[in-house]
Amino acid sequence: MAEVREGLRYLSSHEWVRLEDDGTVTVGISDHAQHALGDVVFVELPEVGQSVNPGDDVAVVESVKAASDIYAPLAGKVIAYNDQLEATPETVNESPFDDGWFFKLEIADSSGLDALLSAEDYASLCASEAAD
Amino acid sequence: MKETSLASHHRAAGGKMVDFSGWQMPLHYGSQIDEHHAVRQSVGMFDVSHMSVVDVKGSSATDYLQKLLANDVARLKQPGRALYSAMLNPAGGVKDDLIVYRLELGYRLVVNCGTRDKDLAWMLACSDGFEVEIIERPDLALIAVQGPEALSILETTLAPAQQSVLGSLTSFEGAPAGDWFLARTGYTGELGVEIMLPNAAAEGLWTTLLAAGVRPIGLGARDTLRLEAGMNLYGQDMDEGHSPLSSNLAWTVKHNGRNFIGEAALLKMKADKGSTALVGLVMLDRGVLRAQYPVYAQETLVGEITSGAFSPTLQAGIGFARVGAWQGPLFVEIRGKRQAVEPVSLPFVRKGQVVYQKLIPEG
Repeated sequence: MAEVREGLRYLSSHEWVRLEDDGTVTVGISDHAQHALGDVVFVELPEVGQSVNPGDDVAVVESVKAASDIYAPLAGKVIAYNDQLEATPETVNESPFDDGWFFKLEIADSSGLDALLSAEDYASLCASEAAD
Repeated sequence: MKETSLASHHRAAGGKMVDFSGWQMPLHYGSQIDEHHAVRQSVGMFDVSHMSVVDVKGSSATDYLQKLLANDVARLKQPGRALYSAMLNPAGGVKDDLIVYRLELGYRLVVNCGTRDKDLAWMLACSDGFEVEIIERPDLALIAVQGPEALSILETTLAPAQQSVLGSLTSFEGAPAGDWFLARTGYTGELGVEIMLPNAAAEGLWTTLLAAGVRPIGLGARDTLRLEAGMNLYGQDMDEGHSPLSSNLAWTVKHNGRNFIGEAALLKMKADKGSTALVGLVMLDRGVLRAQYPVYAQETLVGEITSGAFSPTLQAGIGFARVGAWQGPLFVEIRGKRQAVEPVSLPFVRKGQVVYQKLIPEG
């Protein structure tokens, strides 16, 4: 069973979002998503300084199976990306919630976070997908 | 949905089961890439019982197959020898690709599962006027044991009589051992054995090999292994709309006046210039090639990828592309961006070693 980490927010497209102490957010993909994708072999990441809007496709994760878009959860500006993923994309499989993060955003307003899925809601979404 | 006699073993081993041409088959058992490396570096086993085994017998079996196939079964000088061939339609398109083994009496063909129905209908339709029996063998399971340690593992696990049959075979040969059939063939570019055996015996062999440390390998790694080995996949790299000449299979076509089905069309194509060819591509930057990506030489569209993947051995995106004549560097368009690729000879990998060479365009 895939882990759904508490304390994070989620998108129905399987990204997780973590609000950091400094008010920025970190984005990655869930354990459920990395299981569904299979071995990750390539990650294309956004550029630092790029402005993003919610729903923009800002990164791509390629597994042995398929290429999938990664969406921006909130409006903001990219302030960092995880360059470790360029050489070792398998980190996404091994540590989806920690070392396998994708990018960090500086956001204008953290209230948008409340509109995203809670861990509990996301867990039920995954359960319903598994039942399909 | 059909399943093989080993389906419960795939599930028990954590196999992620998917629909493959109407069969429930394992895509992987956890990590496709680890499975790929296991076959290149040690040994793995594949359940390929979904493939269709068809025996052809009768006094005119040789004449019939000389008409039906683009390669010439008369080259199989003695029982046990095998060859790879395309079966063509009258327009020279590929109906299917298959392996033929010569038996003591007649021949044994192994054809793809996705084309099984049309293959059997076509084989029957082409048999008019020939004294042949076409007998499908759904009673047989097919297990492929592939990798540099395949032979040594089988030496410690097979019964003595089977071992002695296996020991007598060289590459691309097969022979019966009781109601089993052992063949030194495969779809990985490695040393390996394909074992046809009664369905009821498949579980016994599978569990014995598993206990001996042979890793089960899913269809995902089977695809990347065959791609690295430069072997075509029917329906992707060739089909009824493409001839063997544009599918890197000219080497399997034997013209010797026997007038096989599709031969007249192939000879006409050879006379016409400007045909396409299947070549290998390697990405120069990190990334993944996938089927249908367009291929450009400068601003000119010259073809498209037919099969692509991330190669675990090369640690690079690789693929086959069907291209017309081109000049200058090649690029593949990925998500709107041009990525440099190097055209190369096939295979990419053979027996664990990277063997491809850079291709220089003609003219």
